[in-house]
Parts: sequence; structure tokens; C-alpha cells
Amino acid sequence: MLIPEPVQKLIDGFSRLPGVGPKTASRLTFYLLRGSEDLADDLSEALSSLKENTGFCEQCFNITTADRKLCEICTHPERDQEIICVVEEPLDVIALERTGGFHGLYHVLDGVLSPIEGVSPDDLKIKELIDRIKGSEIKEIILATNPSMEGDATAMFIRPQLESEGVQVTRLARGLPVGGDLEYADQNTLLRALAGRQNMG
Amino acid sequence: MSQRDRSFRVEAIVLKHTEFGEADRILSLYTRERGKLRAMVKGARKVRSRKAGHVEPFTLVTLQLAKGRNWYIVTQAEAKNTHQALREDLESIGYAAYIAELLDKFTYDEGHEHNAIYPLLVKTFDRLNRDIDPQITVRYYEIQMLDLLGFRPELQTCVVSDDEIIAQDQFFSVSLGGVVSPEHGKNLPGTTPISVQALKYLRFFQRSRFQDALIANISPEIHRELEVLMQHYVTYQLERGLNSPAFLRRVRHQKENAKNSPD
Repeated sequence: MLIPEPVQKLIDGFSRLPGVGPKTASRLTFYLLRGSEDLADDLSEALSSLKENTGFCEQCFNITTADRKLCEICTHPERDQEIICVVEEPLDVIALERTGGFHGLYHVLDGVLSPIEGVSPDDLKIKELIDRIKGSEIKEIILATNPSMEGDATAMFIRPQLESEGVQVTRLARGLPVGGDLEYADQNTLLRALAGRQNMG
Repeated sequence: MSQRDRSFRVEAIVLKHTEFGEADRILSLYTRERGKLRAMVKGARKVRSRKAGHVEPFTLVTLQLAKGRNWYIVTQAEAKNTHQALREDLESIGYAAYIAELLDKFTYDEGHEHNAIYPLLVKTFDRLNRDIDPQITVRYYEIQMLDLLGFRPELQTCVVSDDEIIAQDQFFSVSLGGVVSPEHGKNLPGTTPISVQALKYLRFFQRSRFQDALIANISPEIHRELEVLMQHYVTYQLERGLNSPAFLRRVRHQKENAKNSPD
């Protein structure tokens, strides 16, 4: 055998990751093989505790540590309990948190509706969202799904159900990105940017 | 490799997109010039992507493609029609998804060019976008597309006996690919009844121009019958199910509920 089995096993493991080809997988494996003991130990410890020590928040379905029912955001005393931002993925929560501009709660849908790929409303945490706002003090829901066909479809699907519960439903604004170029903007983005123009200052 | 193959321009409808790698997307395109093909848009999921807004699903777009090692790479993109109106209604999105999925599943990458399919596809999206009787638009597209791809159902003569079909309720066999007369159909396993009106409309769509097909005044019951029958037929031909019909049913269900609720 050209490559010893334990090495081959790790290469195979790496190459199952997205964006990692066989070459990168071998390179990473041999780096670990040559590198210090600590590196490999830390990594294996992190890997084995990843699934074991993480769980989902029972309220917003964001990822959290396994020992708690509710995540840090949901239990934070200073977060605004009257506003929920609905996002597709936990990574979107991180992106929004990084802005420091939102102080409400989140709801992670765990995906987005896709008519062609066959992702149906039952695959997402939509029912949980509706149940969550029933009889609660929530006043506004921000639908922050991506501005793509799927994200828009998801927002359109959820909206009437939320409105019938008597909450205000908003959608993130869309328009030109910072550092963007009018020349390359598509018609829809430009139209929305025009419609959503604001007074200066 | 000639210059023509290395970089070329196409006009296409984006059938679907899938996420790929860090921030890229793979598009499934139906092009005017080369039939179906797949192309990668690098960085399409980045906020500042110059192409992302031009290559959303159901967009009619002009693209400059370059041949990469594994994929065609989109180097320029300019939307000709984003079909914005159809994107603003869930039911229309469902119909558009069905149209796109049907073609995507019935064709192969860089398979044969079907010159007549492209105009049919473009016109169908335009009709949906302008909200011209979506149900007739979709049924007409289905029948015409099957015809162009060589899956035309036999609606004139009985597929068992070859006898001419007369104006009465008949049977339909998806495995035999057409209508079976009552005499031969009632004891044949796997056939479903088809009403004389449904059959009449299918035959009408098969031979008519769209403008004429629009005259058809189809009752909701017959529409339902046609939809179920055609879905059964295409599923059999594809040997696999489609995803978009379930979405459509769900969306319609929600619409019905909204209509029936007191406010």
C-alpha cells in the first residue's frame, strides 16, 4: 500500500468537506502528520466535542451549547423582546450581530423554500415561528431572508400567516451595496433603490 | 480549441441555481444557441456581485461564457427581462418553477439543440409574467414541449387497437403513451379514465397556436383533471417525481384558506 491506512482515512475524511479536493485533503493530512502533537490533539478534541456539546435553542433554533435550552441572545435581559428578525441560517445571525445595530431576538428558519429543489414549508421552522408569536408580546417581525427568488418566496409565504396574528411585518430594504457600481446593477435593484431613496442628512 | 469555443455569447433563461463553494453559484441554463448547459457564476453570493441580480432563476439574460476546466464560467451578464411581476406572486413562482423543472429534467446538458424549445420557453415565461391565463399557459407549454422532445402523447387513435377515437369518455394509459378506447381500456391495468372534454382540450392544445388555445373556456374540474393526468404522464416518462407540483398545491391551499377566512 502506497499510503498507510490511518493517513488515507484522514485524507478521505477531509475530502468529504465542501470545497476540499483530494490534493488539499492530502496536504492538510500531511501537515498534521508533520506538525506538533498539540495541533492534532486540539483539532481532534474540537471535532469530537462539536456535535456532542452543541444544540439548538428551543426558541429561536440558533446554535448554542448543549447544556442550555435557550441561547444567549434569547436569555439576554437587555434584548428587545418585542421584535424578531427571521433569518435563513445561523451564519446570518452572526452577520447581523456583527453590525451591532439590532437588539431584538432572532428566529432561524433552517433553510429557505425552494419549489424546484423540493424544500417545503414543513422542512422549515415556520410553524414554530407562528406558535412562538401567538399570545406573545411581539410587535414586529423583520423578514431577513436573502433577496433571492427563494428568499422572497419564503417571505411571501410567511407574511400572511404573521399578519393574521396581528404583528407588523417588515422586510429588509434592498438597493445598492457600498462600493457598488450603478452601471452593473440589475434593473430590479436599481428600481428598488430609486423607490427607497431617502432625504440626505 | 477555436476562439468560438473558448468564449461565446448566449441568450438564455435561468432554470435554476445551486450554491457552490464559498460564494459561487452554478446555473442551469436553457440557451438559444446550445440548448441546456451549466455555468458557474463566481462570487454570485457576495453582496457586491455584479452578476448576481442578472442571473436569478426565471430571468431572460444575455451571457458571455468562457470555457473553464470543469464548467462554463459566466464572464458577463445582462438581464433582458427579470420577469419581476411573476416573482411577486407565489402561485406564479410555482408555475414558473414547474416550467423550469420540467425542461431541466427532460433535457441533458449539451444534448441536442432543440431550436423550437427556446422560443416556446421564452414566450411561456413572458405569458406568466403578464399573467395571461396561467393554467392554460402551463398546459399549452407542457403539451407543446412534450411534442418537441419526442414524448407526444397519442390522442387521435387508440394505442391498443389503432381505432380512431370517437367523442366519448375514454381511458388513458401513461405506459402506452396515449388514449385507449373504452372497449380496450376498461379491463387494461394501469389506465385512468379521461373525460371527453379533457381529451378535447389536450387535442386542441396539441394542434393550435397559443392565441387560439386561449379561447378555451375550461372549468375548474377539467383543469384539475388535466393537471393530474399530465403530471401522471410526465412523471412516468421521467421515471421520477417533480418537486414543484407539491409547492404549487401548498401555495394554492394557503390562498384558498385566506379566501375563506372571515377577514
